[in-house]
Amino acid sequence: MASRTPTTSGRRWGSTLAGVLILCVMLFPLYWMLDTALQPASGLLQVDPVPSRPDLSGFSKALGDQGGHLLTSLAVSLGAVVLCLAVSAPAAYGLARFGLRGTRTIVFGTLITQMVPGIVIANALYDSYVELGLVNSYFGLMLADSSLGIPFSIVLMRSFMLSIPGEVVEAAQMDGAGPVRTFVRVVLPMSRNALITSGLFAFLFSWSDFMFALTLNTTDDVKPVTLGIYQYIGAHVGDWGSVMAASVLSAVPAAILLVLAQKYIAAGITGGSVK
Amino acid sequence: MTTSTVTVPARGAAGAPGPGRLRLRRRLAQWGFVAPAVVFMLLFFGYPLVRNVVMSFQHYTPETFFTGRAPFNGVDNWSHVLRDALFGRALWHTLVFTAGSLLGQFCAGLALAVFFSRRFPLNGVLRSLILLPWLVPMVVSGIVWRRILDQDTGVLNSFLDTLGLGGHTPWLTSPHLALLSVILVNIWIGVPFNMVILYGGLQEIPAELYEAASLDGASAWRTFRSVTLPMLRPVITVVLVLGFMSTVKILDLILALTDGGPADATQTLGTLTYQNSFVQLDFGAGAVVGNVLILVSAVFAVIYLRAGRSEGK
Repeated sequence: MASRTPTTSGRRWGSTLAGVLILCVMLFPLYWMLDTALQPASGLLQVDPVPSRPDLSGFSKALGDQGGHLLTSLAVSLGAVVLCLAVSAPAAYGLARFGLRGTRTIVFGTLITQMVPGIVIANALYDSYVELGLVNSYFGLMLADSSLGIPFSIVLMRSFMLSIPGEVVEAAQMDGAGPVRTFVRVVLPMSRNALITSGLFAFLFSWSDFMFALTLNTTDDVKPVTLGIYQYIGAHVGDWGSVMAASVLSAVPAAILLVLAQKYIAAGITGGSVK
Repeated sequence: MTTSTVTVPARGAAGAPGPGRLRLRRRLAQWGFVAPAVVFMLLFFGYPLVRNVVMSFQHYTPETFFTGRAPFNGVDNWSHVLRDALFGRALWHTLVFTAGSLLGQFCAGLALAVFFSRRFPLNGVLRSLILLPWLVPMVVSGIVWRRILDQDTGVLNSFLDTLGLGGHTPWLTSPHLALLSVILVNIWIGVPFNMVILYGGLQEIPAELYEAASLDGASAWRTFRSVTLPMLRPVITVVLVLGFMSTVKILDLILALTDGGPADATQTLGTLTYQNSFVQLDFGAGAVVGNVLILVSAVFAVIYLRAGRSEGK
């Protein structure tokens, strides 16, 4: 698009201004969430556009009510990341390198699984979860949540590992390394970026999960923050300050990851889907 | 060079004894890498697909969870669900919700992608910050918008009021408006995803094509139509099909915004599956709706795979 004829710097800053305006419109709801969270609890009907007297009582109430659920989300999401990487990294390597019979079928199946609606999975799993004692358990939810990241990670990492030059792998084998050693010592370190991207997305998918949390839990024992907030509005519909404060807290990981790892996030959105 | 035909099968069997057994061991070790993922996907995707079909022919009641008995009842669930007027409405809402969301997300996403293809200061920073709505949990976005769209105390209505444009619109509480509101919120959520993928596609278009077009004196609109859109076509297919896949099954956003109401005006196949199974505890009826949802997705899965093949890989 960009013409290479020297545009005046004024015009380019004009584009920046337009970009900032677009950003303001797009991020307004998130700003409003933060703004409402900072209003004193009494000023509910009319929310000031800018919090004149920022009030942290909403946050302290939200932390008190939802702090435990935030920790649950964190534990479940980290567990799901570990499960997801442990299952999908070796598979991605195997599917990229070994030329096993059925590789094409498995890769095809991986693509298909990304199209299965979660509610259908929950519908069928609920029964088995009850029988296996996985309902209301951390491990049960981690397992279900890791299913959100596994197909995505296999696709993403496989396409990355296909691009590792074959000579590197063969050189390791010449030195007498078996497949496991080659994988751990050579392939994994080289795939660092793909691993980080996959892990990041497995975390985000799991952190955002609401459906499995809603359907595979019948008590309050294992309640991630997404479910916590959903039930919060039912019970505290007047107390928007703390609901919004809880929402802000639950959005913090996304914001942190975006700032710290934006290149991986952009890579994940394009790489995980287009390739 | 002819010797290579001899060395190739021997490769890896440098130690010598029993090359056949060694190869078998190597194959087994290799399958060890792939097997856990295959087992996992069979359990968490394959099994539910089959189970859901079986369940749709079984009679589930709240009692089933105590007795464990779910007798087969032929096509009772199917005829019951399909004859229910709510099912038809949910199917219609699903199609409207999906089509409306895709159209809005795509157009806005494409416009932003074109805009950010210009070179200007802070481009990269602004572009990545715009991703935030897509990364925030959907339930949370739903709840924030529920607050914004509130008829009496929401900021959207008070803003419209200040402009003198009414200001008492029942965005989420009117059966005529609720679906539209839910679609608009979902468009907001989906724009960043569309933008990133389309932006990536735009970067791949060779600059020479634009130079040639400008040498030919083509207008900006003409260039867009004759160069950008055709070159972008494969990416557009991917973005639309992936968007379809994720939109058609959305549950959390709708539950957070409207809970399927008012008067079932935002009930979709996804929420109806949930209602049937986990609220009414009739998993058989839930399975029927779920199967229809899968059928709808499958049609588009075929389109996706065909599009992927015609791209060359």
